[in-house]
Amino acid sequence: MVVCIKQVPKAQELQVDPVTKTLKRVGVPSEINPPDQNALETALALRAKLGGEIVVISMGPTSFDESLERAIAMGADRAFLVSDRNLGGSDTVPTALTLTRAIEKVGDVDLILCGEETTDASTGHVGPGIAGHMDIPQITYCSSVDIADGRVRGVRMIEDGAETWEVHMPCVVTIDFGCNKPREPTLTGKIRVKRGGLITHWSAADLGLEPSQIGLKGSPTIVAKVDTVQLPSRQGKIFQEDPAIAVSLLLEALRKDRLIA
Amino acid sequence: MTHEHRTPPPMEAHTGVWVFLEARNGALRDVSVQLIGEARRIADKRGTELTGILPGWKVEPLARPAIEFGCDRVILVEDPRLEFYTSRPYTKVLAALRWTHNPEVILFGASKNGRDLGGRLHAAIDTGLAADCVRFDVTEEGFLDMIRPAFGGKSLAHIHCEEHRPQMASARWNVFPTPARDPSRQGEVVRETVALEDSDFDSRIVEFKPTESHETRKIDDAKILVSGGFGLGDPKNFAVLDELASLLGGAVSASRKPVDLGWVPKALQVGQTGKTVRPQLYIAVGISGAVQHLAGMQESAKIVAINSDPKAAIFEIADYGIVGDLFQVVPEMIRQLKSFRGQAQAAPPPEPAPPGTPGGA
Repeated sequence: MVVCIKQVPKAQELQVDPVTKTLKRVGVPSEINPPDQNALETALALRAKLGGEIVVISMGPTSFDESLERAIAMGADRAFLVSDRNLGGSDTVPTALTLTRAIEKVGDVDLILCGEETTDASTGHVGPGIAGHMDIPQITYCSSVDIADGRVRGVRMIEDGAETWEVHMPCVVTIDFGCNKPREPTLTGKIRVKRGGLITHWSAADLGLEPSQIGLKGSPTIVAKVDTVQLPSRQGKIFQEDPAIAVSLLLEALRKDRLIA
Repeated sequence: MTHEHRTPPPMEAHTGVWVFLEARNGALRDVSVQLIGEARRIADKRGTELTGILPGWKVEPLARPAIEFGCDRVILVEDPRLEFYTSRPYTKVLAALRWTHNPEVILFGASKNGRDLGGRLHAAIDTGLAADCVRFDVTEEGFLDMIRPAFGGKSLAHIHCEEHRPQMASARWNVFPTPARDPSRQGEVVRETVALEDSDFDSRIVEFKPTESHETRKIDDAKILVSGGFGLGDPKNFAVLDELASLLGGAVSASRKPVDLGWVPKALQVGQTGKTVRPQLYIAVGISGAVQHLAGMQESAKIVAINSDPKAAIFEIADYGIVGDLFQVVPEMIRQLKSFRGQAQAAPPPEPAPPGTPGGA
């Protein structure tokens, strides 16, 4: 099993570099992208049931080791970080391609798990992108995953219900944010991190990627500019009357705005 | 999906705006219809045609409405195996049409299926894809300006795809209004075939359970959200929010504290570490309004705050507020809503169609 994770800034202080128009990552506390934590928890539960090895893969600067160490402390077996200056500015196309190459280099993978999306970029495109590059089945937005007779069953949470999909392996499954409670790192896990040797770094060249395929050059999209959001001005009408009167005034106002019937 | 690297024709050979029309339960999904209106505007700005791409089975009756909503042409790809959306065959259909017609733009509704499809397709045909756009425009150079929220909703990023075609984006639900339907609009319906092998159907949907309870309904797409905070005091008290949401046809969400305390599932959390929502109406009950929470809901069209503390930050961004005890205010809202409806309708209110039945989307 492979779990793809990204390290993201903790939600509070996100800022954009006005020159490069990319996310400023320096000095902001980080965490494993929360949906990726759900993906890792899914993998750990599957391993407990069926055995196998969990390999965590990420792409980013070497500061991402912090998240890979945490993943190992939570129970992952090994981790790989694809880290290369040329990868900077990659959009979802080179990101999915790079992760695909890394998964292929790990080899002999049956199941690839990703979070449904990241909390910083929120595209949800990388998991399906990997499946597209590898030309293998995908199940997105899964709240639970099971494997039986060499086939993967995933319960896919869509707008109006839950679909159960069945696909053959290898496949990509993306995990619904919040569908499980990611475990905390264990003492044994932390000791394994301390002993070292479980995290390997790869460059883009190690994966046979040309500079033209990755980073800003390999990305079809660019962020042309970033505007600050103009929030709508609010009416600020506060009713301080008795509940019965306040409620009737509120409902009347909402009916006038055609928000309720 | 054939996945050899194909060399696309020159940039200028790509013309026309496409919109992926998602059929579900015998109707076009709301998000597809909304997108037709916006795509029409973009096609007019580019002085080009708008084509709806409609894969499915027995979906021909949906082509005419798509034209009446604004499409010039609908390409139908019908196959009984396309009745339900699965990733690979739909990707193959879109990819095949992309190579035969060379569209300049393809837009998708950002439904779960639309994002699943777009994400796979953009890797397969090697082009860009901007996710969850809330606005589109055309630049002076003629590029599609794809505008999406970024960085926890604090800013809007303008995404361009200058050197790859088609320019692709998904659009968020309920940000574009449903276009007016014009029964006299003319357009053509073109039937096309894409060779699909049995091996393309590598995903089998073995079960579908429609959503039943409001508690588990997804909060992203609800038009009305009733959101509970720490002020509720006890997980049991969420039941009263459920009742209110149900009366309003909305869904229940929560701030971080009730989620951290295990009162409600994480999937209901609104805020920087949860979901960013933009409903038509957001009713914050017993939520003080921490910055992290506001970031997840401040773009709601209208905000109502109910809190006993008149100094709560939530009132600063509220359109309407009631300062009072939520345990009096919310039951009173329920009572008044029920009694208003009882008076307004001599006949019993029509039963809403249960989810998953034909006609709903």
